[in-house]
Amino acid sequence: MWLRFKRDRTGVICAWVVLAYFVIAALAPVIAKVYGKNPYALYGQDPEYADAHPVLDDFGLPLGYFGGVSGEHWFGVEPQFGRDVFTMLLYGMRTSLYMALGVSTLLMVTGVVVGLIGGYFAGRTDYFLGRVTDFFLSFPQQLFFIAFMPVVTAFFVDPRDETPTYFRALAILIVLWLLGWMSPARLVRSTVLSLREREFVEAAKVAGASPWRIVRKEILPNVISPILIQYTYQLPSTILTIAFLSFAGVGFVEPTPDWGRMFATGAKVAEQDPAFMFFPGVALVVFVLCFNLLGDAVRDALDPKTGR
Amino acid sequence: MKEDLVLPTPREAAAGASGEPLLVAEGLTKHFPVKGGFPVRRTVGQVQAVDGIDLTVHVGESFGLVGESGCGKSTTGRLITRLLEPTGGTISYRGRDITRASRRQLAPIRSEIQMIFQDPYSSLNPRQTVGKIISGPMEINGIDPAGGREKRVRELLEIVGLNPEHFNRFPHEFSGGQRQRIGVARALALEPKLIVADEPVSALDVSIQAQVVNLLQKVQEELGIAFLFIAHDLAVVRHFSQRVAVMYLGKVIEVGDRDSIYTRPRHPYTHALLSAVPEVNVTGGDESGRERIRLAGDVPSPINPPSGCRFRTRCWKAQDKCAAEEPPLVRLSGNRDGHLTACHFPEEPTIEAREQDIVLDPALAALEETDED
Repeated sequence: MWLRFKRDRTGVICAWVVLAYFVIAALAPVIAKVYGKNPYALYGQDPEYADAHPVLDDFGLPLGYFGGVSGEHWFGVEPQFGRDVFTMLLYGMRTSLYMALGVSTLLMVTGVVVGLIGGYFAGRTDYFLGRVTDFFLSFPQQLFFIAFMPVVTAFFVDPRDETPTYFRALAILIVLWLLGWMSPARLVRSTVLSLREREFVEAAKVAGASPWRIVRKEILPNVISPILIQYTYQLPSTILTIAFLSFAGVGFVEPTPDWGRMFATGAKVAEQDPAFMFFPGVALVVFVLCFNLLGDAVRDALDPKTGR
Repeated sequence: MKEDLVLPTPREAAAGASGEPLLVAEGLTKHFPVKGGFPVRRTVGQVQAVDGIDLTVHVGESFGLVGESGCGKSTTGRLITRLLEPTGGTISYRGRDITRASRRQLAPIRSEIQMIFQDPYSSLNPRQTVGKIISGPMEINGIDPAGGREKRVRELLEIVGLNPEHFNRFPHEFSGGQRQRIGVARALALEPKLIVADEPVSALDVSIQAQVVNLLQKVQEELGIAFLFIAHDLAVVRHFSQRVAVMYLGKVIEVGDRDSIYTRPRHPYTHALLSAVPEVNVTGGDESGRERIRLAGDVPSPINPPSGCRFRTRCWKAQDKCAAEEPPLVRLSGNRDGHLTACHFPEEPTIEAREQDIVLDPALAALEETDED
């Protein structure tokens, strides 16, 4: 399996790119320190800094070419506030990746548990779980993300107080989790349903194995590959969803650096400063593309029989 | 276990064979519900897969179960290994009723009744090594053989004729016949007293079938394990089994020792079945000296089986009595001990050719008529 994966050159390159993203995200504070900027400082409005290195003109737009790209600010500066785009991107990557990892893992675990129970015990249990899954699937997801984020937040935090960032993250996690576990659950359920009829499960039963042992030793190893494949597809799509939430204004808010929020700003100033959209756009496209290709490569390596 | 031992009444079937009964099934029944209806789903019918069969397997004996596809052979095997819950009847193992025993109650008996499956491609977990597959049952039942499980696995691999060094390989690295040998090794791992072999060779190449059957025979003779051998291949059963039961549509219609069934059958269905076995005729002549019976149509639906004798819809001797009364499984005059037949109008105990072939299939009959012209 490992050998098959290594033969797939696209897969290997994508794996390296994805790995690089994770490393950069993990090392964001270190890199920012070496680079000497941070994502929160308003370089355009700091009189001391602006005297030495003027970054914004009188209209609040970045000075210089391509959104103010310079030796000081590699990827330019944000219009109006003059924050450094490079560090914002770094920290935004952190927010996105960590959130996506958390959400995807939670989704997959829930999905696997629900799917295993429904698939293995079948009958009434499966019927009940299936209807619950259908119920959740029938929500229009994106509308609900937008509608429910403030509700969930208001449920725990007094609307008059300021919502702490960690709680916003938690709220995103809860909402995405509630509306996202169904597809892995269905996938696992259908796989398990076909596996439980296989004769090796009966052989284990004849030997007197407990249901728990059968699920753990006989069935779970056989659903690992679909789970892994699903996971590699789930992660980039979660990143996109989180970016979408922030873009729509219900995810992360100022001043938390986040890709979605950068897009929102970029969209606002697209006419005056089109370069601002460029860097987060490229970063996101490259990441999602690579992760999807990696997902394909993993699928091909684990499951060579299903063609592309 | 011994205290509450209720000895099963020795049935007539047992009389013909030697040894004490190991497993006795009485009135064993399995009905699968057919659901339907809208909006409220309810049971609208029952597939009577197995409908009240009596079987006795003796210690160390090889018992064959034959019949057409869909007659309930495999269901019977699965009932006996308790993979399916019986709808009615009792199964007792060494006098102990295990019909309704839970998994925990069954634990001590589990290791003594094992199963070999039909499809060697789905009966081995593709994610486990051969060593793990074979040692799995030992692990479950907490058996620690002297010298460790790995040593025992190697021994077992050697018994079934595989290289013990293949311990760490995965099932997909083996051929069908080798996989079936692994299945046999797994069944042997617990040193069972009874192995239910559910069509163990029908998924294999003909050239491999003989090897596996010989392996099973060797195992049976050397280790003294009783076999319930389920197959639709009459030749294989004849080779392997000392006693044979013939099933038709969820019922045992004839049971007896091998010679009685194969050379002195009484039930018309058994005659038809035997006559359907293809025979290589070396001399090239047309006359094989055997009777020739060709049935018409298919097995009726087990959801709504015929009244009385279930074979009557395809039987050339059927009369009104057959529809009204179900023939009991009894010893007919002229039969040997233990040879039971369920028929009101049994055939002569011979498989010699008759004066007139019985060809019930209209298409075949028409074809032969034109040939004669």
